[in-house]
Amino acid sequence: MPLLELDNVSVAYGRIEAVRGVSLAVEEGELVTLIGANGAGKTTTMRAISGIRPLSTGTVRFDGQDITRMPAHKRVLAGVVQAPEGRGVFPGMTVMENLEMGAYARTFASKAEHDETVDRVFELFPRLAERKTQVGGTMSGGEQQMLAIGRALMARPKLLLLDEPSMGLAPMVIQQIFRIISEINAQGTTILLVEQNAQQALSRSDRAYILETGEVTTTGPGKDLLADPAVKAAYLGVA
Amino acid sequence: MTTTTASVPAGKNRPYSGTGDRLRLWWDAQARPTQWLIGVPFIVFIAFLPVLRIPVLTTVGTDFGGVMAQFGMIALVAIGLNVVVGSAGLLDLGYVGFYAIGAYTVALLTSPDSPWNLTDQWLSQRWAWLFCVPIAIAITAISGLILGSPTLRLRGDYLAIVTLGFGEIVRLLADNLTTITQGGRGLQGVAFPYFGGTDKNPDGVFSAGNSDAPWNSGLWWFWLSIVLIVIVLLVVGNLERSRVGRAWIAIREDEDAAEIMGVPTFKFKLWAFMIGAAIGGLSGALYAGQVQFVVPTNFNVINSMFFLCAVVLGGQGNKLGVILGAFIIVYLPNFFQGRTSLFGIPIDGNDIAGYKYLFFGIALIVLMIFRPQGLFPARQKLLAYSRGLYQAARRAALGGDRATSAAAVLADGPADASSDVPGAGTKDGGDR
Repeated sequence: MPLLELDNVSVAYGRIEAVRGVSLAVEEGELVTLIGANGAGKTTTMRAISGIRPLSTGTVRFDGQDITRMPAHKRVLAGVVQAPEGRGVFPGMTVMENLEMGAYARTFASKAEHDETVDRVFELFPRLAERKTQVGGTMSGGEQQMLAIGRALMARPKLLLLDEPSMGLAPMVIQQIFRIISEINAQGTTILLVEQNAQQALSRSDRAYILETGEVTTTGPGKDLLADPAVKAAYLGVA
Repeated sequence: MTTTTASVPAGKNRPYSGTGDRLRLWWDAQARPTQWLIGVPFIVFIAFLPVLRIPVLTTVGTDFGGVMAQFGMIALVAIGLNVVVGSAGLLDLGYVGFYAIGAYTVALLTSPDSPWNLTDQWLSQRWAWLFCVPIAIAITAISGLILGSPTLRLRGDYLAIVTLGFGEIVRLLADNLTTITQGGRGLQGVAFPYFGGTDKNPDGVFSAGNSDAPWNSGLWWFWLSIVLIVIVLLVVGNLERSRVGRAWIAIREDEDAAEIMGVPTFKFKLWAFMIGAAIGGLSGALYAGQVQFVVPTNFNVINSMFFLCAVVLGGQGNKLGVILGAFIIVYLPNFFQGRTSLFGIPIDGNDIAGYKYLFFGIALIVLMIFRPQGLFPARQKLLAYSRGLYQAARRAALGGDRATSAAAVLADGPADASSDVPGAGTKDGGDR
């Protein structure tokens, strides 16, 4: 049974359907990528999974449970945690306070467990450890992205949703962020990644879905899609 | 990683270094008992200001006690509005509606003009006010819930417009339900607390008839409001330091992000609305008791703006700041009212007081340009930790190295991106 399963999901903004009948599945331990052009419905799909956007039709199942009508804050407790598009770092809070907000819904059995979680985040992002007391709003884009991912990890997600983590970052930083994403996945967290950077995303993911104007058009292992001529033409800029 | 040094934006996130910050640092570094030792005499001094009659400070046109009583009520309103606007970041332009509901609840239950008057039945006139205050608080809290549950799904400007409408609806209802509220004629003879009746003042010290300056009714109402302000501050302060306060700040900063961190945002917004409304209702009940007369014109929309002005002027999110904001707003017009000369210079004080809305409007515009965070801005820091840890951190930072300590403490919050502050490390080590 897949960890996350979307069945015939549609999401509408008023009369405009941004996502039409999307079905996808993410198995436990996988790194799955959703790629597509601007306006293909990637972010809307993410928002439907995290619960910020209500569905018009379809069901979302997570961990064997129907969470279609579950409010977003309860999905965090169930294990679906998102690092939102545009990072969504709390600008007036320090790095440490942002991380603590990530663990808002979670109760720690002991202080040791809490420290362990924080240490793990700092291990992945040593940069954050150096900047514990810096205010989120004054950080660079790359640092904010690290903070957004670190904050999401504080909730100990079963499924981590990453919405365009490479957006607006320098190539060097993108490399680094993707390496860390692979590492998080290797440590056992299932990841659903939304990306426009197809090259990086596809080469690192187990499987991928391609969204076009609100519908899934192609699916398959990441490496296969990388070699697919149609994908190459559309997303990799190779004729 | 990139070595991009984020430029430190002006305003909210810029490092502070003014007199106010030094004062705050010093205050935060004191132990709780020391704070009480300094705080209590200070409050007592403020409480006796109307008695001391300090020459220039004392108002001329209106009795000083009455002015301070008004200040006390507006301060309560500002604290309540600050929960909604400052903490949770929900712009409420109809806050006067809650103030009106609080005042009208007391008036409708105790005025002889009202069809729902209880004082001619089983309720003694002496205890009527005290009996009605909890009812007023409960009813305004419920009205906050009723207004909030449909409207808090809206955000930003939309919420502001809906709340503005609510404030007007309350006033128009009071004006037009003439069979109940007597409309523009108002409700007279509202109950007030009975305390310390003498032959000269058979109705007690809180009665509007008590005009034995300086121990007149205004002074007593001021004292009562000080007690209530202290209680409300303790309650709100504890809330702000709890998970509720953290949720409010997260909602203010980024509502969607808060929701996907597992904060039930709608619930906490509703809480902020209800708590704010309840405090506004309490203030309204005080007002009704003090003036013993309630008319719709006292609850115009301009009052909402006035309340908001106190909060914005004082500094959104800072409880003590908004109290000072309330003081400025109430005291300054009354300072000029009736004054014909200031330091030997002849002035037309009544004229100056009459233009108060113009002056406060200009003051707000100037403030938005030069100090948008308000005169005494909030500095929300280390909210995730308890006060004890916060102090331990401060002591560690201060004890580490006297020369750099001030810089360390100042920089530990909104440090600029390139700083590696000495002492900050010690502090983080001490946190856990």
